[in-house]
Amino acid sequence: MNDLVSHAPPAFVKEGTNPYPELFRRDYAAQSPAYTPIYKTSVLRSPRNALLSIDHTVSETTGPVFGHNELGLLDNDLIMNYAKDGEAIGPRIIVHGYVLDENGRGLPNTLVEFWQANAGGRYRHKNDTYLAPIDPNFGGCGRTLTDENGYYYFRTIRPGAYPWRNYVNSWRPAHIHFSLFGNAFAQRLITQMYFEGDPLIKVCPIIKTIPDEEAVNRLIAPLDLNASVPDDTMAYRFDMVLRGRRSTLFENRLEGN
Amino acid sequence: MSVKYLKETASQTAGPYVHIGLAPHQAGFDIFQNNFDNNLVGATTRGAQIVIEGRVFDGSGSLVRDALIEAWQANADGRYNHPGDRQKTGSVDPNFRGWGRACTDFETGIYRFYTVKPGPVAGRGGKVQAPHISLWVVARGINMGLNTRIYFADEEKANEADPILRGIELKKRRDTLIATPSQKDGKTVYTFDIILQGDNETVFFDV
Ligand SMILES: [Fe+3]
Repeated sequence: MNDLVSHAPPAFVKEGTNPYPELFRRDYAAQSPAYTPIYKTSVLRSPRNALLSIDHTVSETTGPVFGHNELGLLDNDLIMNYAKDGEAIGPRIIVHGYVLDENGRGLPNTLVEFWQANAGGRYRHKNDTYLAPIDPNFGGCGRTLTDENGYYYFRTIRPGAYPWRNYVNSWRPAHIHFSLFGNAFAQRLITQMYFEGDPLIKVCPIIKTIPDEEAVNRLIAPLDLNASVPDDTMAYRFDMVLRGRRSTLFENRLEGN
Repeated sequence: MSVKYLKETASQTAGPYVHIGLAPHQAGFDIFQNNFDNNLVGATTRGAQIVIEGRVFDGSGSLVRDALIEAWQANADGRYNHPGDRQKTGSVDPNFRGWGRACTDFETGIYRFYTVKPGPVAGRGGKVQAPHISLWVVARGINMGLNTRIYFADEEKANEADPILRGIELKKRRDTLIATPSQKDGKTVYTFDIILQGDNETVFFDV
């Protein structure tokens, strides 16, 4: 087990109060329901009972802490982190942005993990049988910690679209999968980032499970020429938002807090 | 007009290839020096070492062989390794983060965690929560990670007083959160199956 570092408490916290109070209730209006027949696999994998709403305790308001010493130097560089006899093939891109909470505060020192297909749309995974070739120099995954302001970045190649079994002729738009921790287990989130201008976004059944158009738009990363490296790497900007925390002013105190 | 807040990013399914990003060995390759896995304990971790073992089933009773499950728990004292835990009793164990991730096996569908049995944790309003492990389940076909908890069958008294278990009226539903112990190769193994849908559907939480 590695040494752990602490999350820095957010700057707004009053002395003597718990810097990690309970979270905002989740706004399900902007989230996919569990049962979405348009995405067929969800039909048998969606609970039919209503979720049981529980009050937050310390079990929900805390979460795992990760340290820099647990990550490798190349973990945020997918062009180099699996390079065997050359660099990964494909359009070179940087993806960068902030991990924020719903209060608009950057979440420092939080683990961000990402994975994707190669430039041909093929995953390095024993269950992926798509005929596009494996890139011998591309693993397809990486991870990083946000800095003290919640900022993150990594370098990769732009992934390709790929076919999948849903309807006949279903194609996933180019995308990068993201896994986020925040600083509470109840903030845990997995999502996908899409690329501005991709015509497959509009016809993707997995994206169509999201009931809110604005929520879909927030998953689409715009090109960010100002962050590009001239003659080298294009950049895309992708901010992500995790659940906010309530103020502690006149709170029902959580026991032990 | 109401006060404007940012909106939580929409969740999307982890997909069939979640292992690439979160458990590359299971995807079939080796890339990171340090991998996150299903072993939460070291040789010096305090407390009684246990194994959690189970399977995940879909609404047709078929095994879900591509699920990823994460566990978050207090240590043997009932303390979480996080600055937001301000309980007065017990202490943080520097050799226990309290978090791990496991995948269901592509063949057998079985997942396992190697951990310690957590102690009871403070609840709201002076109540005590029975020992429990919080779980988060993702997979292809799950649009948003599912939250549930493992409680322990041999904590009968504590379970009877637990605010969440008490709030579940149907015994059959309540029992879906309770893992049963057995002895295997000198280890205490708690079995905890997760039923995504159907007759014995696991109780999932809106946390
Ligand atoms: Fe994908």
